[in-house]
Amino acid sequence: MTLPQIFFAYFAVALTGLSLLVVTRRNPVHGVMWMLILFIHVAGLYLFLNAEFLAAIQIIVYAGAILVLYLFVVMLLNLKKIEKERKFQHIWIVGLLVSVAFLTLLIPLLGKFSVYPPPGEYSVERINSEGQIMTVGRVLYTKFLLPFEIASLILLVSIIGAVVLSKRKLN
Amino acid sequence: MSGNYIPSHYLPVISILAFSVLVGLGALIAGLLVRPRRPYEQKLAPYESGNLPVGEPRYRFSVKFYIVAMLFVVFDVEAVFLYPWAVAYDRLGLFGFVEMMIFIVILLVGYVYAWKKGALTWE
Repeated sequence: MTLPQIFFAYFAVALTGLSLLVVTRRNPVHGVMWMLILFIHVAGLYLFLNAEFLAAIQIIVYAGAILVLYLFVVMLLNLKKIEKERKFQHIWIVGLLVSVAFLTLLIPLLGKFSVYPPPGEYSVERINSEGQIMTVGRVLYTKFLLPFEIASLILLVSIIGAVVLSKRKLN
Repeated sequence: MSGNYIPSHYLPVISILAFSVLVGLGALIAGLLVRPRRPYEQKLAPYESGNLPVGEPRYRFSVKFYIVAMLFVVFDVEAVFLYPWAVAYDRLGLFGFVEMMIFIVILLVGYVYAWKKGALTWE
């Protein structure tokens, strides 16, 4: 195995294990804490895909902001009551069926992926010579102008949604 | 080349992460091996500045925390969009300036809405 493969194997195993830890913890706060380590590992994976801007964003937005949001949501819930109740284990057969269904959907797609695809318009060399953030900026604000502006609308909806949902309790 | 990329300039970051994990775990394991274990009730009680702990440690937090966290996420994402825009600003010119202003104004609507609804005041 080459060095990148060793790192990829580590990240793949760690991500699978950490996601299992997140969903199986009895204490939701512990689950969220494992998720923090999970997000940092995802950032590591991005780093090895030559996406260091994405890795930084993963740390700033996911590990920094979204995780805090998750923590507050967990704290909004009545934890004592939740811990006493059994989790969703009594419907594990449904979960199994859904996962198997998704797996069978994914299997035909496996052949379509290539581990070393030919480099497209933006090869590693070109991105590195031009600068990562420069490349992102030039493409995002010209070619993907409409999705970018739609993103602002989605963010607006989330602000309004959060305010509307909690307004009743504020007054 | 995409499969063989090594971010070698991140070696210091990975080293310091590994070192800090090692220090943290090492201190815990060393303490576990060295310290005597003689627990009794007072020793196991949570420390609250010398007072006896009163009430449950877990209660439902105010929904105000949720709004603050949500607004933080939204404006954090806005700041993230500003990074590549600022770096590529010279190439984008007036066009880029106008589209970013549209983006900011749309989010400003949400900000003003949250402000007027009193989501930013704490009491």
